[in-house]
Amino acid sequence: MLSRVADSLYWMSRYLERAEHTSRLLEVNINLMLEHSGVAQEVRWSRVGSSLGMTGLAELDTHESVQTMTSDLNERSSIVSCIVSARDNARQVREQISSEMWEQLNRLYHHVRRVGIEDIWDAEPMELLRQVRDGAHLFQGITDSTMNHGDGWQFIQVGRYIERALSLATLLDVHFAQVPSEEDGEDTHIEWLGLLKSATAFEGYCKVYTADLTPDRIAEFLMLSEEFPHSIRFAVDQLRTALNSIAEASTSRKTDRLARLSGRLVAALSYSQIEEIMSGGVHTYLESVRRQCAQIHTAVNQVYITYAVESALEA
Amino acid sequence: MATFDTAPERYGSRSFRNYELDGAYDEMFDSRGDPRPHYKALYDSLLELPADELRRRKQASDLYFLHQGITFTVYGRDEGTERIFPHDLIPRILTGSEWSVIERGLTQRITALNLFLKDLYSDAKILADRVVPRELVYSCKHFRREMRGIPVPRDVYVTVAGTDLVRLPDGSFAVLEDNLRVPSGVSYMLTSRQVMKRILPSTLVQSGVRPVDHYGQALLSTLRSLAPGGRSDPTIVLLTPGVYNSAYFEHAYLARQMGIELVEGRDLVAHENFVYMRTTAGLRRVDVIYRRVDDDFVDPLAFRSDSTLGCAGLFNAYRAGNVNLCNAIGTGIADDKAVYAYVPQIIRYYLGEDPIIQNVETYILDDPPSRKYVLENLDKMVVKAVGESGGYGMLIGPHSTREQQEDFRRRILADPRNYIAQPTLLLSRAPCFIDGDVQARHVDLRPYILFGDKCTIVPGGLTRVALRRGSLVVNSSQGGGSKDTWVLHE
Repeated sequence: MLSRVADSLYWMSRYLERAEHTSRLLEVNINLMLEHSGVAQEVRWSRVGSSLGMTGLAELDTHESVQTMTSDLNERSSIVSCIVSARDNARQVREQISSEMWEQLNRLYHHVRRVGIEDIWDAEPMELLRQVRDGAHLFQGITDSTMNHGDGWQFIQVGRYIERALSLATLLDVHFAQVPSEEDGEDTHIEWLGLLKSATAFEGYCKVYTADLTPDRIAEFLMLSEEFPHSIRFAVDQLRTALNSIAEASTSRKTDRLARLSGRLVAALSYSQIEEIMSGGVHTYLESVRRQCAQIHTAVNQVYITYAVESALEA
Repeated sequence: MATFDTAPERYGSRSFRNYELDGAYDEMFDSRGDPRPHYKALYDSLLELPADELRRRKQASDLYFLHQGITFTVYGRDEGTERIFPHDLIPRILTGSEWSVIERGLTQRITALNLFLKDLYSDAKILADRVVPRELVYSCKHFRREMRGIPVPRDVYVTVAGTDLVRLPDGSFAVLEDNLRVPSGVSYMLTSRQVMKRILPSTLVQSGVRPVDHYGQALLSTLRSLAPGGRSDPTIVLLTPGVYNSAYFEHAYLARQMGIELVEGRDLVAHENFVYMRTTAGLRRVDVIYRRVDDDFVDPLAFRSDSTLGCAGLFNAYRAGNVNLCNAIGTGIADDKAVYAYVPQIIRYYLGEDPIIQNVETYILDDPPSRKYVLENLDKMVVKAVGESGGYGMLIGPHSTREQQEDFRRRILADPRNYIAQPTLLLSRAPCFIDGDVQARHVDLRPYILFGDKCTIVPGGLTRVALRRGSLVVNSSQGGGSKDTWVLHE
């Protein structure tokens, strides 16, 4: 397929994954904020902002923060910006995706861009966040059931799972750095519950560990679970599977490097012990995951999208 | 002017109560008001169908166009507004014998125009023989000196043409203009037939209509026949300016119909005089580019350097004969509206035949006596800018204000080479379903001609309709619509 098309599918998928993640994170934190949780609101929203990679929220009050993260078009990572970008990318390759996919994404776009939507963000943010999350889920389901599972679909998987791995790593990193554990004598139970819910992981966690929440178990579940779809390991496994099937269809010799990069990350997550991670520092570990994801992103770009003409002719 | 109110017992249906017959040729009715034989099946079914049912089918067809995203962009207001192309329910019907004249006439015309282009870009004998004035050619902004002496596969310059025909009051067809650069609209011909199959299936069967669906396949094999150096399994691509172009829908549609890649300039790479497209599996050589990008934008190194729609180095690869562009660069000289006036002579010069389809009488305003006559009769003439298309830059004398006429008078005097004038033609009229009943509207016809190893004209075309009552302008950008065109077997 055309490199430009692959690139657009990759970014469409990343932006939509980001919109979904952001919606869930905001939903959970608005929910926590409704009851007295012992965490000052500025602290909460600045933490949420950091875990979304948004800076410059410090000056804002709660209302403004939420507004920036949801509907501010000047903030590239706001939910509405992400949906606009996802649709822009889809529009470029409209003929390559199924019409059902286009219709769903278009519907979601028109929903969050309709006249008077600002008032609804103000009045009922939870409802709108839920709709965005549902809309993104629906899009993923439609994608899986209506599109050829060929190269194009695989690039969608690559985008989706690389975004998921990166956003989970950032979420965990910020949380572990800023939220004290119970042993420090503060009642932070509700915040750890919030972390699980932000990764839609509370129920999954309970099935494995019961409702006894401890930071190291939570870290183990969200980083290393093989079966839970919002764990870093799961995301990276899927990422590698998609990259391998793309490589099979390609004649480029450079795919070797990409296979090594993704294989190494999968191996690290498959064989790491949570005790080692905790003693070596969660931050160091997650930093390394993020760096490797960034390397994979760059390599995908170099091998499939913006490769140099000369190198491609030699192959 | 007669309307059917005068003979209600004969024209029982209320549908036709506002139908006018006058000096214009009517596609459906003869001069006595009887339906022509080839329209009989359609006429009968229109009489049988209640207006509500027609309205329901009209809505169904509009919805189909909307859902398919069959829209075009109107430039010049609100930074390009996207609209549904207005589509009329009632097809325009041509008999097999009418079509065979059109087919022969257009084949003759395109053959001569390709010979003309070949000649212009090599020895220019026709200019030396003073059949076409030299200054007319060299003053045309669409003449490309860069093309001099460059061979093109099979000497075919114009691969895809859309020629606009009008029917005169005596029932004969005349050529109004040739579109030899990047003619568009063929997707409307194809989708319009799809709609007709849904909403008038039985009439379609009764009439015996020839199919048009093979257009995509015919276009593909035409393009394949023009691969450079006779490459056996050539890679063909369609080059589009991108999603913001008014005809993007058509580009995507045709690419899908042909099963070829739809590329943008940034997908192409020229390297050592070969052109490749970037794919995830590496670079893939491209042999034929069906380009829907104007000459000016094809290659920023050769033409407009501010173009981001083309591919740097493409023109050199083309000159080297390693890739073919369809249509060729520089075909615009042959559809210049002043050169148009000479097409009958061009046909006689190269083919030694009389034109099968006539031209419309045309005044070259560079010629002082013609200019004088036209300026004195501006209110009766249609004035057109020679390099424009799409109904832009036009004066329709009888429907213009004094200010508009004065404006054109000044423009003509300032740059006479840039304008031609034609007498205002009374285009033929066809029945259209408007505001709940059947009314007569002026129409033209644009068949699509494919020229490669052979000439193929799919039986049909785009019948454009001037939807405003009394209007003579059929361009989509000027309030025109379209309807399906049926060519019967016989």
